[in-house]
This record gives sequence, C-alpha cells and structure tokens, in this order.
Amino acid sequence: MSATTQTPTAPDSRTTSKAAQLLGDRRLPVLVTATLFLAMYIAGLSRYQNYGFGEPQVFLNLFIDNGYLLVAAVGATFVIMSGGIDLSVGSVIGFTTMFTAWLVERQGLPILVVIPMALAVGALGGFLMGYVIHNFEIQPFIVTLAGLFLFRGLCLVISKESIAIGDASVSSMAQAQASLGVGFLSVGAIVALVVLAVAFYVLHYTPFGRRVYAIGGNEQSALLMGLPQGGTKIAVYTVSGFCSALAGLLFTLYIQSGDPLHATGMELDAIAAVVIGGTLLTGGSGYVLGTLFGVLVLGLIKSIIQFEGTLSSWWTKIATGVLLCAFILIQRAMTARKKA
Amino acid sequence: MTTTSRWRALTHHHLFWPVAVLVVLLLVNVPFTPDFFSIRMTDGHLYGSLVSIVLFGSPLILVAVGMTLVIATGGIDLSVGAVVAITGALTCSYISDQADQNALSAVFLAMGVGLVAAVVCGLWNGFLVARMGIQPIIATLIIMVAGRGVAQLITDGKIITINSEPYKLIGGGYWLTLPFSIFVVAAVVAVTVALTRRTALGLLVESVGGNAEASRLVGIRSLRIKIMVYVFCALCAGIAGLMISSNTSAADGNNAGLWIELDAILAVVIGGTSLLGGRFSIGGTVIGALVIQTLTTTIYTIGVPTQTNLVFKAAVVIIVCLLQSPKFRAKVFGAKFGSKSGATGGGTSPATPAKTATTPEAAPKMEVS
Repeated sequence: MSATTQTPTAPDSRTTSKAAQLLGDRRLPVLVTATLFLAMYIAGLSRYQNYGFGEPQVFLNLFIDNGYLLVAAVGATFVIMSGGIDLSVGSVIGFTTMFTAWLVERQGLPILVVIPMALAVGALGGFLMGYVIHNFEIQPFIVTLAGLFLFRGLCLVISKESIAIGDASVSSMAQAQASLGVGFLSVGAIVALVVLAVAFYVLHYTPFGRRVYAIGGNEQSALLMGLPQGGTKIAVYTVSGFCSALAGLLFTLYIQSGDPLHATGMELDAIAAVVIGGTLLTGGSGYVLGTLFGVLVLGLIKSIIQFEGTLSSWWTKIATGVLLCAFILIQRAMTARKKA
Repeated sequence: MTTTSRWRALTHHHLFWPVAVLVVLLLVNVPFTPDFFSIRMTDGHLYGSLVSIVLFGSPLILVAVGMTLVIATGGIDLSVGAVVAITGALTCSYISDQADQNALSAVFLAMGVGLVAAVVCGLWNGFLVARMGIQPIIATLIIMVAGRGVAQLITDGKIITINSEPYKLIGGGYWLTLPFSIFVVAAVVAVTVALTRRTALGLLVESVGGNAEASRLVGIRSLRIKIMVYVFCALCAGIAGLMISSNTSAADGNNAGLWIELDAILAVVIGGTSLLGGRFSIGGTVIGALVIQTLTTTIYTIGVPTQTNLVFKAAVVIIVCLLQSPKFRAKVFGAKFGSKSGATGGGTSPATPAKTATTPEAAPKMEVS
C-alpha cells in the first residue's frame, strides 16, 4: 500500500526510479495479491499453529473448498478482460446443480451423460447472451441480468424443493481423492486446476487470448485493426457460460444436491476474486493467475474465520468488501498514473 | 386524418408504451378475477387488488425513483438492496433496545439513525464515483458485498422483531383510508418531480449524464451533482428500508431488499430511461415499478406457478432491451421504416417511430446546458 500512495508524486516512467518502474509494472496487482495471500497465510500459521493450521491439508483444502469458485472466476476473468461483465454466473451455477440433480435423480440418467448436457446448456446460455450483446449492442450488464433472472427462474421451474443426490456413481466421484503424499485433492480441485492451466495457455499463448486483451484494451482500435471482434465477444461469453456450468457441476459434486437457491450471489464472489486478482475492470489488463490468488485470498478469509471460531460468517462479506475496495483503489492509482 | 395524427401524437408520448404494458397487464387479470378492479371498504380501510399493488410496490417505486437519477447521470447503484437492509437493521435494533417501543420520540430517533446511515452509504458511493473516478458498477459493488455483512453485524445475525405501533404505520398502517406508504411514495415522487422539473436541477443531471466533462467545462459542478444523486438514491433506499422492515415489523439482514436493485434497474429501463444516461423520466419509472409489481400479482392471480415469475421477468427484460436497441429495430422493423404505412404492423410498428423520436430529442437537451 505504501508504494501506491506515492503514485501521484512518482516521477515519469522515463526515469529509472525503482518505485516508478514497480508501479508501471502490469504484474504489480498480482504481486500485491500474492504477497497478501502469503502474509495472511503466515499470520494464520502464527496464530493457529496449535490448531493444525500448518497442516498441508489445510492448504489443499483451499482448492477443494473453492474449486468451483476458481472455475467460475476463471470464466469471469475472460469476460472482464474483454471489458464486459457477466452477472449470470451464480444463477447458471445454481441452475446446473438443479439440472444435474433432476436428471440424475428424477430421470435416472447416468451422470456421464448428464455432464456434457449440463455443460452444453451453460455454454449455449453464454453464447445467446454474447450473441445479443454483440449483435444488438445492448449493455452486457443488462443482458446478463436477464440471464440471471432466466436461469434462477428455470431452477425454480424444475423444482421449488432441493433435490438430494443419492446416486452411487456421483458420490463415489465426489469422494474420489488424489493423494499427493502430504495430503489429497478432490476431483473438483483437480478439474479447477486443469481449467486454470488451460485458461492460462489460451489467454497468453493463443490468438484468441490476444484478441480478448485487444478488445478489452480498446474496442475501437481492435475493430480498426481488423480483429474479428464479434466472434471474440460472443466466444468470451460462451466461455463464461461454459465455466459457470462446469463450476455448477463441481458445486454439485461438492454439495451433492441441487437447490434452487444454491450459489445465490456467487457472481459477486467471482467478480471480487477477479478484481482482487488484479484484472482491470475496464478490461485489457490482468492475469488469470491473479484470479487464482484472488480466489485463494477469499478462501483463506473463510478458513481463518472458521479457525477463529468466535467470528461469525458475515465477517467474510465485510472482509471481502474491504479487500475489494482496497484493490479497486490500487487499480485506480495505477491507471491514474498511466494517464499522466 | 386528425385521428391518425392524434394517435401518432399519443404513441409518440414517452409514457405511452409503459402505460400500454401496464394496462394490458391489468386487463389480463380480469378474466381470472372478475372483481379485480373493485375496491371495497372494510373497517374504514380500502382494500382491493389495485390498492395492494401500490402498497406492495411502494418500496420498489422509491428505490427506482432514486435509481432513475443515478442512471440519468450515466451511473448505476447496485448497493440499494444492502442499504435497505442496513437501514432496516439499524432502525429495528434501535427500537428494540427501547423500554417503550411505542414512544414517538424513540421511533423518530431510530428512523433518523437509519436514514443517516443510508446517507453515509450514499456519500461513500458518490465519493468513490465522483472523486476517485471509479466505474459506478464497481464502486457500488463494494457496499453491495459488504453491506449485507454490516446489516447482519448490526442484527447479530438474527432477525430482530419489534412491536412498535407508530413504526408499524409507515409500511403497514392506514391513513385516510389508504395505506400510509402510498402517501410517503407520493410525497417523495412529488418532491423529486418538483426539484428536477421545476428547477434547473433535472437539466443539470441530464447534462452530466450526457457528457460529464463538457458539463464541467460549461460551469456545472459535475462532481457535486453526481455525489448528490448517489446520496438521494441511498436516501430513497433508506426510506424503502424503513417501509419494508415496518411492514414485517422485523429486520432481516439477509433477505430485506434482496434483488431490489435489479428490480429497480428493470423498472427504470421499462420506464424509458436510457441506461447510457442523459435523459430520464420519473413518471416512466413509477409506471415501470408498477408494471413489475403488477406482473408479480398477475402471475399469482392467473394461476401460473409462482416460480415462473423470474422467467417472466427475464422475458420482459429481454423484450424491452431489444425494443430499445437501435440495431435490433433496424433489423426487425427495418423494412417497415421506408413504407411508413404501419397499418398492418398494429402494435409493433408504431413503437419504432416513437422510440426513435426520443433519441434525437435527447441531443439538443444536452447542448442547451
């Protein structure tokens, strides 16, 4: 924080001042988040050492308990990087849990058939939203808001009651563990890490990723450069819809039930994780790895509150809000400097 | 000829389509409940579907009116739901601490405390948006996330119930045979309309929404106007919070005002205020809010399962937005534009000239200021 407060007085980027170089570095927000994560982890270690906070499994649990959030946040990273916003994330997750539970329990379909169907529905929803946003030039905010209503409504149309999943193959999949020697990871956590790796490759090493950055940086310039802007925009929302559906599947595995109220407001967590991870909300700048740290920081807040015991769960929301605020101000300081 | 020109003038009016939707929605109810429009007198109070639509819709109208001004400046306020929760929580927890919950002074003080908290939230939003230059969606997201936590902190995670007669009046009481909240809403709407349309304030708000920087160069204090609208929006949300908590005599940090920000934005959009800012219509917003409440009531009365409510809402958002999109209109109604006949189009084709007529209207307004 002390570095960022210097922003206005920091010399021009031409000078070789170290502070200025640091501030000009696009990786700074990610580094700040990573440092914050480490600091919180160390603080947790020193405070709850006697309660087993140092166990490797506590660290791995961060991935197990937040795998679905990581996947959703990766999808949101694509959208935000392109300068848009997706409010339908939480609803799509909720819908996927409902859809999966309904097909598996009530219709008796095997889970392996249901998974591709759920993913296809999520991707289709994202595609339609992207299509409307691009072709009719309606603000993403309002289109995805309609998506939020639609998918939450569809949840309730399927069933008003929650559906517990008792299917044997689902529970065996949910309980499957990959041993890492010092601890274990669940299927959900592994899928989340794979998604992260794929997203990292796509965003940083493929033409599609460059286009996402270009559109988020300046849509007009990207258009004038002749980039296939429409396709990219639609693709970004399709990716987000797909990721939300995948997150919904992981959430279903994690919680083993479908409920019309599952994941209400999770789009806020996903957006918060992306912002805390250092992606500029105006688009065009950020790293998907930052999103990982954003999710880990949010997860760590939750575990610290659990370890503290006396703190109530609503402190999670307050802490998230405070962090969100701090990181938005850091971003603001950085962009203000670039303009100057 | 005169009838067609009158018809055209009518359909050109910016409130025509919201009112038409409202009337159609109301008429849909009649075959299902024949006495839908009847209002009867019981115990000196008026009862009837129309009264309850206004009664249950009043918090939404309040929030949406505040939201209209924020959207008119090109912003958006996502934090209203959290402000509703905070205000209700503070007021109820203050009243529940009193020995005599019916004491007027205590109730007024409690309401004052709640509204001050709402104003503080509005100031914070305005500060972030105007002074720090943060995107409104993101700036107000902070209170949207943290605010519910704060509300639960105030109520200690419980639902505080109170038993205060004077406080009950605001959201659930009757005055002059009508629900008291209708008078509150009418007062707020009247003051807002007077302030924005009888003084230059409305023009200034539209000018800031049209182009904040140009307005500043012309000599309008853009920043101050922006902060003001966020404070006003939060204040409206605060009053709505009082109403909701008073109606149920309870403060629920989790569920009070949940999703009201989305309904409010929807009401504003249905009312014909552009999300891009630069022009607004308070009357349209009030009708938009009534449309949403009527939609909910209609879904109940015609026997459609209540859970499809959200799907209906989604359909309404999509249709309204598509109709507002110039590109969509050009693609779908493009062929009818040239012929100007519009006779066969019935309901849809007059929409095209009506909507396009409002767009050039906005441009000179911005230049005036």
